[in-house]
Amino acid sequence: MTAEAPRAKDGRAPDVFKSGGWLPMREYPDAEAVDFAIVGAGAGGATLAAKLAKAGFSVVVFEAGPFWRPLDDFASDELEQQKLYWTDDRITGGDDPIALGGNNSGRGVGGSTVHFSMISLRFRPEWFKCRTKLGYGFDWPVSYEEMAPYYAEAEQALSVSGPVRYPWGPSRGRYPYRPHEVNASGLVLARGAEKLGIKWASTPLATVSAPRGESPPCVYRGFCNFGYSTNAKQSALVVWAPHAVRAGAEIRDLAMVGRIEMTAQGRASGVHYHREGEWHFQKAKNVVVAGYAIETPRLLLNSACPQFPNGLANSSGLVGTHLTTHAGPGVWGTFEEEIRWYKGPPNMAVTEHWNYCDEGKDFHGAYAFMSQGPLPRAWAQTLAATRGLWGEALRTEMLKYNHTAGFVPVAETEPRSQNRVELADDSDQYGLRIPRVIFSYSENDKRLQRHSVRFMSEMLDAAGGRDLWTNDDTSHIMGTCRMGGDPAASVVNAGGRSWDIPNLWVCDGSLFPTTGGVNPSLTIQALACRIGDRIKALARRGEL
Amino acid sequence: MSEPDPPPVSTAAPPALYSGYDVLDKWASPSFDAKTRGVLAQRLHVLPERRFLTEEEWRLVEAISARLVPQPDRARPIPITPWIDDMLAADRGEGFRHDGAPPMREAWRRGLAAIDAEARRRHAQGFAGLAPDAQDATLRAVHQGEVDPADWPGLSATQFFLDTLLKTVAGIYYAHPDAWSEIGFGGPASPRGYVRLGFDERDPWEAKEAP
Repeated sequence: MTAEAPRAKDGRAPDVFKSGGWLPMREYPDAEAVDFAIVGAGAGGATLAAKLAKAGFSVVVFEAGPFWRPLDDFASDELEQQKLYWTDDRITGGDDPIALGGNNSGRGVGGSTVHFSMISLRFRPEWFKCRTKLGYGFDWPVSYEEMAPYYAEAEQALSVSGPVRYPWGPSRGRYPYRPHEVNASGLVLARGAEKLGIKWASTPLATVSAPRGESPPCVYRGFCNFGYSTNAKQSALVVWAPHAVRAGAEIRDLAMVGRIEMTAQGRASGVHYHREGEWHFQKAKNVVVAGYAIETPRLLLNSACPQFPNGLANSSGLVGTHLTTHAGPGVWGTFEEEIRWYKGPPNMAVTEHWNYCDEGKDFHGAYAFMSQGPLPRAWAQTLAATRGLWGEALRTEMLKYNHTAGFVPVAETEPRSQNRVELADDSDQYGLRIPRVIFSYSENDKRLQRHSVRFMSEMLDAAGGRDLWTNDDTSHIMGTCRMGGDPAASVVNAGGRSWDIPNLWVCDGSLFPTTGGVNPSLTIQALACRIGDRIKALARRGEL
Repeated sequence: MSEPDPPPVSTAAPPALYSGYDVLDKWASPSFDAKTRGVLAQRLHVLPERRFLTEEEWRLVEAISARLVPQPDRARPIPITPWIDDMLAADRGEGFRHDGAPPMREAWRRGLAAIDAEARRRHAQGFAGLAPDAQDATLRAVHQGEVDPADWPGLSATQFFLDTLLKTVAGIYYAHPDAWSEIGFGGPASPRGYVRLGFDERDPWEAKEAP
């Protein structure tokens, strides 16, 4: 491990927009019971922190990773930027073990939004009632109509750059920023879609197409999945964390929360956290867990105590269960033209055709798919490990890098109880039990993926792709503390509040009862905005 | 390494598709920011000393890497082994391991020993001492899982070969600027980025493909 020292302390936090810069930051003593202790500074935690601090609550956010300054800390280099990923020891099992680390988690203020692909799509309205309306999964306890204003709030906050008329979903206002010019990799998708007669769009992306505050427009350098060194990307590090600090929240970096403390009356009283080599205890009136779909259930389970022997918020037995991911079987082909897919954001064109069309499906669920732009290291690893290419064969195949294009879906998987996060017997560097992630595809999941591979292959072929081949992958993790309307069938209510422990909340992708066929970050941020408003309303009514 | 054998066909180098292009020519241009220059200077000029592997394991990794990414065309091959040793010494992994599999360092120790055992079983000699075609035959057997399971406790030979060994070696090779130049990758691009994004479009600071 590299020696890391916290930056956010002594009354200041890094100013992400200035080399070596600082922002003044309010600090709270451990002994002061703050209104909210939030665990995790990603899409859920940083967003909620900004909302609550603006509403006048005292807020401390605990982030296990560093507080980056992109201008100083981020290189245009795949290997160096592996530091953005959560790489603490974890076990992955089941019939179809999920690759963790860089695939689906971040470490540092901003969480995985620091390296996400910036794809900012809304759920199809019916997915919020997918059991009732589409016959699969679990209904959300909120409707699209309730979520729509929060989607709009999140899109405005991120200055999402997208088309004037987005071709799917209910009519909506235009995106805040104009769409990006589509690169050749995206034009392959466009060409294929037009040949097959389906719609495509320039992907709505959370990287700005024109200047915005201290963010310059995107320069199409293509390293988006490795941190954006120029701050065009509207990550939680760049958007919500500075809002939160300016509004009076404290963000404590390199602070790993290991356990939530409970009172004899069954309320959370604060969090034990590890920082600068020691354990500390922060008192809090409310605790929000926002560590994403592995660390959130892990913390609730690791906080088991005599009063709650099966972990916190777990009277339903559902904490850690119903883990979902997005399957991402890729289809790849070679083109006569130069594509040079390293230029621009990796996913500049999208089709949501199979998110909105239900005819001809032999499965429940949905998928979108996007054009791709992997960088050489990641691409060589995919080629080598998938096709077993090595020796001269690998080097020769890699020469096709500039002539390759492909599609990867964001393919829904069913929420099932056997797919779960549990505690393994091994411990990590803090002495905390590490998570074991167990995942297997259902027959439906496999049918959905076969459909996507068939369809994407047909489209890539129509676009002029030759020598097609496929690989398997996944992205995103969701669903392990689902929200719902019934205490016996959900971990938290529609406001993210635990049914069992009234001052304990969850605010991240763990909440998703069903996953849909789009990337989750926009929905997580919209949910966090909504939960922030719900908490304000409860406080006004004296029900907090 | 052994005495040089007549090179088998498989040690041919791929054709030079972007000859004359060198990513590093952009070192002082607006495509390279200070942070990136610092990171790459380290990679190019400061090779980590051996800290984790034994001398014998080091030689074995050298020999394996030379078959996984042969570089007969390079006077100065891209270094692989020092970065594997560095990764293991720092215990800096991908952040997950398969259920039942040992932790990363132990997996490498066992896997390397098993490959050497496979070489001895097939060719009565350690892997590093074999001729390249015998080395390739050994690696093919490991890749295909045609091994003695007794040598692979808690490990799948195929999984170790593909997901640990090959993925790591390929990832190190293609993290080097010489490999970027070889495949015509633009390389670092901050803050300048790119302007021409369409089919067959190329900025003047990008690689030109041989006609």
